[in-house]
Amino acid sequence: MDALQPEATPDFTRMAKPTIVNRMRVLILAAHPRTVQSIAQRAMSRALEGIAGVTLRDLYALYPDFNIHAETEQEILLAHDLIVLQHPFYWYSAPAIIKEWLDIVLEAGWAYGAGGTMLAGKYLMTAISTGGRADFYHAKGRNRFTIEDLLAPFNQTAHLCGMAYLAPFVVYAARKQSAGDLATAAESYRQLIEGFARGKIDPTEHLAAGYHLPDGFKRRHAL
Amino acid sequence: MSLNDFLLGSLLYLAAAVISAPIAKRLGLGSVLGFLAAGAIIGPSVLGLVGNEGEAVKHFAEFGVIVMLFLVGLELEPSKLWQLRQKIFGLGLLQVAGTALVVGAASLVISSGWRESLAIGLILALSSTAIVLQTMEEKGTLKTPVGQSVFSVLLFQDISVIPMLALLPLLAVASAHGGDDHSASLIAGYPVWAQALFTIGAVGLVLVAGRYLMRPLFRIVADTGTREIFVAFALLIVVGITLLMGLVGLSAALGTFLAGVVLADSEYRHELEMDLQPFKGLLLAIFFIAVGAGIDFSLIASGPMLLGLSLTAFILLKLATHFGLARLFGLNGPDTSRFSFALAQGSEFGFVLITFCAGLGLLTGDMPGLLTAVIALSMAAAPLLMMLDEKVLQPRFADGDFLRDHDAVSHSGADVIIAGHGRFGMTIGRVLNAQGKRTVVLDLDSSQVDTLRRFGFKVFYGDALRLDLLEAAGAKEATVMVIAIDDREKATELVKIARHNFPHLKLLVRVFDRSHAYDLIREGVDNVYREVFGSSMDLAKDALMALGVHPYEAQRTITRFRALDEKLLRTSAAHANDESKLIDLAKQSRAEIARVFAADKGGGQTPPDVAWHDDDKSTP
Repeated sequence: MDALQPEATPDFTRMAKPTIVNRMRVLILAAHPRTVQSIAQRAMSRALEGIAGVTLRDLYALYPDFNIHAETEQEILLAHDLIVLQHPFYWYSAPAIIKEWLDIVLEAGWAYGAGGTMLAGKYLMTAISTGGRADFYHAKGRNRFTIEDLLAPFNQTAHLCGMAYLAPFVVYAARKQSAGDLATAAESYRQLIEGFARGKIDPTEHLAAGYHLPDGFKRRHAL
Repeated sequence: MSLNDFLLGSLLYLAAAVISAPIAKRLGLGSVLGFLAAGAIIGPSVLGLVGNEGEAVKHFAEFGVIVMLFLVGLELEPSKLWQLRQKIFGLGLLQVAGTALVVGAASLVISSGWRESLAIGLILALSSTAIVLQTMEEKGTLKTPVGQSVFSVLLFQDISVIPMLALLPLLAVASAHGGDDHSASLIAGYPVWAQALFTIGAVGLVLVAGRYLMRPLFRIVADTGTREIFVAFALLIVVGITLLMGLVGLSAALGTFLAGVVLADSEYRHELEMDLQPFKGLLLAIFFIAVGAGIDFSLIASGPMLLGLSLTAFILLKLATHFGLARLFGLNGPDTSRFSFALAQGSEFGFVLITFCAGLGLLTGDMPGLLTAVIALSMAAAPLLMMLDEKVLQPRFADGDFLRDHDAVSHSGADVIIAGHGRFGMTIGRVLNAQGKRTVVLDLDSSQVDTLRRFGFKVFYGDALRLDLLEAAGAKEATVMVIAIDDREKATELVKIARHNFPHLKLLVRVFDRSHAYDLIREGVDNVYREVFGSSMDLAKDALMALGVHPYEAQRTITRFRALDEKLLRTSAAHANDESKLIDLAKQSRAEIARVFAADKGGGQTPPDVAWHDDDKSTP
């Protein structure tokens, strides 16, 4: 069964610590229930192939029956600095498995609440593709709220866990884009993630608009 | 006796049994009375079809009593026997002593003196184990508290025969040694202390062998998988103990009873019961017929007054004594009545003691004949008396309270009964146990049972198709029954038994294939599980993934396919015998499956992608 998974889980505990302080280990939690039909998501995932220090996990492939294994997921989280939730923006939110993952993995006393500091000092980012055009996401637009407004639950989730919440990466109107535009979007996504991974982009310069770091936020390096 | 004579005799006894039992049952009289009546009819006094060999047949058939006590022992775990100790040695001792004194004193009127009267009292104090246990078992009252009291008394009586045989000679004025085979044990020549040692040794041997030797032997025998060998071994044990007890002059019934008790908590208990039951039933039937045939009607005709008075006095005195004792031991009204009537007859051991005492010169003149007739007639009257109690007296006590007796059968309190604990049922059991559910497992594979018991599973060796076994397993209290038997016909049969007798049980049934599933769906079972369907679905899913299908896609495909196939299974069940209709339905189903999966692949309009809204005006 394991052999059939697209991505075998590496042994993170045995990985050497990054020698350059600003380097980040990046965990991409990708979620698309119908990968065959996806356009933007597939392009985004492919764009990240081969970048050192980036782990990509396809949640629907790993847990087709939704039976998410919390301990495994937590262990993997500890081995990374930046967590990216990469998914289509279904119904102004994430596909079901992302919610299930949050519910199961971010346990009280581990991620938040008394003693729940395991994610404090790490970074969270969303990387989404939408159906609507950018101008739809506006107080006067068809969708009535900005992307930032609609992503408030993720913003607050990061805050509660003591994490820094980065500005979202958004591919708008994913189904309407030409192949060339899509390739451009995927390339800028690759540059962003690679920049974080190599320590070339300072994540604190990349916080979501208006986001205040949680009290006492201090960068904590991955195990 | 030539072979033909033997066959002719067998024919008569079997025919009498086969004809009389159904008639007696139909009349509501119980089989015992039927057998006694049939015996009387074919006996020398009426038709004369069987003659003097009746005595020999009776001795042979007494073996049935011994088998019965073995079976009674099997039902009684050692701890339960220990709980009965007060009743056995208190109630039992007082019953024998009390009845002997009362009946003996009354017999002074017709006896030649106190010695003869005491002998008469002791002889008549005993009650018929065969009749009482058989009748109570038929009525299902043996395991009730009063049934246990009755049983305790019978057990003590059985034990007391031995000291009686030892003491009666001391009572005899004339020291002429009669000698009966019961006292002529091999160890009679040894001093008393040596005899005691032999006796204790023999009982110890039965207990120790039963505990440590018989189980492994049963395992070996059961492993052969040959039922006949198992039956033969069970009989071998009973016969062996009978002979061993005979050697040391102990009661064979007591010995086999103890062996039964020792084996009561073994996993082969149910199997032993099942296999020995027919022997017990048949032998007892022959025994009762022989007793019936032994009733000497000429004696009744020659002195009906004396016999009638003696019989009436005997039964009334016995009843009175039992009433007093039952009250003394705190039995309630209805139970006192049951107890007293149950034991108000003479015993088959009485015949032996009569011969023995006559030989000692303790009984004189017509007394042996009279006593024999009294005992035989009281035995014939016993089922009638118990019926009198049940039909006339018990309803008078009816304030509802004693009706609860039937609840007293003990259950193990399981949530789930798993019938069949092979590779299929075992997985189910493990899951349920992991959830802390109480399971009782019945399996017919002895080596499987042993293995599982070593791993700490609560598994019983036995046939789940037996109603009493299901009841003992707690079918009345359980919520669910999992039928995972590795035999198609048996599984279907068990479904019928369970639905008929335990309609409250939710049945989850392993079936073998489509046609077996059809059978059971039409029996009304909703939960049928084709044994390899689940794993073939698992494999199909992995095959899809090996072909590059995304795991979540494969998962959804399998789930949908399974649902559609289950639907087809259920619609097809109604037309299981109509092949053209089945083919029709299968084609329809294939088309439906194709349609569903085509729609699934077709594009963005299946559920997850509807959620993924576009800038098109028709989407949200």
